[in-house]
Amino acid sequence: MHELSLILNIIDIAQKEAIKANATAIEEIELDIGCLSTVEMDAFEFAWNIAIKGTMLESTIKKFNRIKGKAKCQHCGAEFSIQHLYDPCPACKHHVLNILQGKELSVKSLVVS
Amino acid sequence: MCATCGCDVSRHHHHEPHEHSHSRTKVDLQQDILLENNSLAERNRGYFQAKNILALNLVSAPGSGKTSLLERTLKDLNREIDFSVIEGDQQTTHDADRIHATGTKVVQINTGKGCHLDAHMILHALQGLKSTENSILFIENVGNLVCPAMFDLGEKERVVIVSVTEGEDKPLKYPDMFHTSTLCIINKIDLLPYVPYNLEKAKEYIHQVKPEMQILEVSCTNGEGLETWYQWLRSKMVQLEIA
Repeated sequence: MHELSLILNIIDIAQKEAIKANATAIEEIELDIGCLSTVEMDAFEFAWNIAIKGTMLESTIKKFNRIKGKAKCQHCGAEFSIQHLYDPCPACKHHVLNILQGKELSVKSLVVS
Repeated sequence: MCATCGCDVSRHHHHEPHEHSHSRTKVDLQQDILLENNSLAERNRGYFQAKNILALNLVSAPGSGKTSLLERTLKDLNREIDFSVIEGDQQTTHDADRIHATGTKVVQINTGKGCHLDAHMILHALQGLKSTENSILFIENVGNLVCPAMFDLGEKERVVIVSVTEGEDKPLKYPDMFHTSTLCIINKIDLLPYVPYNLEKAKEYIHQVKPEMQILEVSCTNGEGLETWYQWLRSKMVQLEIA
């Protein structure tokens, strides 16, 4: 359940930024969560609803950007989308890949007031 | 805190006019959620580099034989190399007791309900451990092939351990752990005649996830293959001294 650790970090980041901006409320939070990151969305939602109680994020609208996995084959140079870290290159079937995107885990933006 | 409006301005006693932003503002952050852990991991890494400590993060499912591998390694090499160990478990000091019995410095971290070690826990464990210069620090993570994958501890290398009593498809089921590791140890190979584990298939799966993964086959019970593991440790120590 590392999702809970991640959420506690998100709450900390968001509250610090809101205080820095002299805001009293966080209306929206936008999160980038790559499809290749180790986040299980059901576990994330479950932990989120518990963790935000009593924090500035309690009634915040949460938006996710699920960023699809993309890789470049180091053997033939092809760029393609991947669902799993073990997917082979569709062109040459090699497994030596550079992950270009899909591992993101970040707080993209907040709307505070 | 200002009692009138709740804002965090402590320099005045009265509610003097000060700037508030009660309008809607968008704050662009792009902040990595793991930034705090990663910063502390870099701090640990700097400490290890300064003291020439080879820090290894040992990860596996529960029961793959991490502690047995450590016990055997410490007994076999303790006259040659200085070691210290950080043990991570949810509860008990059983593993630390086993390591302590080999005469090695050890700190036990109990994560309680936590499913992984993080860089902050390691930072504090290091304060109590006082590892010597030019030594090897083994960090035995919580037995879990999922959560510890995300948390950099500041280690030089991550070593994933699997055993032949598990399914050979572990690398495909838990790809993140294998993707972030640099060495894979297949343990309990003395049991190969008694279990349906397909060693070649296992290696194929490991290389699908991590093509450059180095794989060592060992048995902590009969000692088979352990010398290759010891050679790997020695070569990493030499690399550390050159760097």
